[in-house]
Amino acid sequence: MDFDLKTVSVRDLNQALHDMDETTTGEVTVLNPDGCHALACGIDAPINVNIKGHAGYYCSGMNKQARVTIYGNVGVGVAENMMSGTVRVKGNASQSAGATAHGGILVIEGDAAARCGVSLKGADIVVKGSIGHMSAFMAQAGRIVVCGDAGADLGDSLYEARIYVKGKVASLGSDCVAKEMCNEHLAELKGLLEVAGADADPAAFTRYGSARELYNFKIDKSSAY
Amino acid sequence: MTKESPGLRESATFTRDVIAEIHRAAETGIYDIRGFGAKRVLPNFDDLLFLGASMSRYPLEGYRERCETDVVLGNRFAKNPLHLDIPITIAGMSFGSLSAQAKEALGRGASEVGTSTTTGDGGMTPEERGQSKHLVYQCLPSRYGMNPDDLRKADAIEVVLGQGAKPGGGGMLLGQKITDRVAKMRTLPKGIDQRSACRHPDWTGPDDLTIKIQELREITDWKVPVYIKIGASRTYFDTMLAVKSGADVIVLDGMQGGTAATQEVFIEHVGIPTLAAVPQAVEALNELGMHRNVQLIVSGGIRNGADVAKCMALGADAVSIGTAALIALGCNHPKWQTDYEEMGTAAGYYDDYQDGRDPAGISTQDPELAARLDPVVGGRKLANYLRVMTLEAQTLARACGKSHLHNLEPEDLVALTIEAAAMARVPLAGTNWIPGAK
Repeated sequence: MDFDLKTVSVRDLNQALHDMDETTTGEVTVLNPDGCHALACGIDAPINVNIKGHAGYYCSGMNKQARVTIYGNVGVGVAENMMSGTVRVKGNASQSAGATAHGGILVIEGDAAARCGVSLKGADIVVKGSIGHMSAFMAQAGRIVVCGDAGADLGDSLYEARIYVKGKVASLGSDCVAKEMCNEHLAELKGLLEVAGADADPAAFTRYGSARELYNFKIDKSSAY
Repeated sequence: MTKESPGLRESATFTRDVIAEIHRAAETGIYDIRGFGAKRVLPNFDDLLFLGASMSRYPLEGYRERCETDVVLGNRFAKNPLHLDIPITIAGMSFGSLSAQAKEALGRGASEVGTSTTTGDGGMTPEERGQSKHLVYQCLPSRYGMNPDDLRKADAIEVVLGQGAKPGGGGMLLGQKITDRVAKMRTLPKGIDQRSACRHPDWTGPDDLTIKIQELREITDWKVPVYIKIGASRTYFDTMLAVKSGADVIVLDGMQGGTAATQEVFIEHVGIPTLAAVPQAVEALNELGMHRNVQLIVSGGIRNGADVAKCMALGADAVSIGTAALIALGCNHPKWQTDYEEMGTAAGYYDDYQDGRDPAGISTQDPELAARLDPVVGGRKLANYLRVMTLEAQTLARACGKSHLHNLEPEDLVALTIEAAAMARVPLAGTNWIPGAK
């Protein structure tokens, strides 16, 4: 099924995708996306969606079940609040990629800008390139893998999300610390890299997590806020 | 000597409560966090009076002529706007800050009189959805519990930018209230102090918000209204930008608005009074030609039908209550005086919602305390209270000759103080003077 956005509106595309359910399978191709916003958001069906070009803000927002591939770059908030499924970006992603996502996996084959994985709530994010500053801010659960470098203040006010970075980290945010890579982490990372199709050695990564020093207010820690 | 003894003079600067707070700060090393709302004296709706009809206006018969109260919210873009029987809605309050019983009681009470209730910073509970005929689903910076299934179950969506008790601040829920169920709903470790972000994670500024609202509408197939809630501060500009961003409804929360847990310094020193904020919002809507097209819901210290009627006379389409609704459920009731005394407080003063030990079973997650609140009884009390407020507002409207609460207008009001006249933009009583009027 093809939707050419030169002739079909975003509303018509999304309505058609929303009319699909558990019993729907198959391929949907979106042509000429031309940076339109809110493409393929709110899907709840086990379908494949291929977006042939650049997408705007909130592409595949709140996705459930669907496997969405964007053959281009994406704007702010790709796969925001995703619940399940897969979203793969062939190009680069703007800010807040995978923000608040609960489940599923977001793969970004290029770079991701600031606040990647902000307030993450359980989803996995694999970025083959680098990520911008304030990524994983207040990330609560889930895993973020970065094959390149990470910008400043990584994992500020982190909760229980795990972060793996292969390259350099400009700086760590409050309460984010480097942690030991145990076998379980190496195995977990290996699996994520395989799913994402990223060719990297898990042993070359450093794991970061919460020091849990700010979980409850202590006056002696007030300078950390 | 007692405090009444002659010769004792209390400092107007270092009052007893100021002294107590300095002692407390010195002992604990942490700022005071509490619930409730602003306790300082502020210009408010008591500073306004209605001009009842006499010779120059016809009143309506109190028990014979109808005064309608219904309101439609969200008919700018939504396919299914809310049709409420009364213009008094229940404000957003989270499961987590409130017990499940309290949330259910709010839903029951609101539904009984045909109005809406609102979720909060913890997602939607089945109890609340099940008992709420009209349920508004909040989209907050934390996005705790946010999911597309609940989004589609909602009758409206409220994007929360701010709260009157703390414009510019994020939510807060201290560890003692993060139980297993609350922790699971919020994807947080049990027992931590939860401090929500004050900015949304995936948009910044009105241009982004316009697109965010487009996404929410797409996900819900443009069926339900999208509200934007702002804390009263730069109200004129924020209202303008909310309309520009595509809001169907603007919720304006003045500084008397309640909170489950916020720093005392924030509650008492940030924002502007509800009375001052309403005319600013209405001015912005009028300038855009959107008054009544984008509906205005006002909250922050609404207590009775007079407040409702005065808000509507100033241009609001509806009001929202939070603290008053909790009081209707039994918060601060003298029947719990012994429990309050054990906590060092008293009925009428209790504001430690953050503590989770509410003897009335409302702002708690303690199962034994929460069980004290029967949702059916609580719902009935809330419904009674909402009916009383509505009757009071109707009484005042009829006295002004209005057959619908929406027909009340600023011309029906005068102010008792210069401050209230300037803020509400109505004449000082007995004069035609509106301070600051151009």
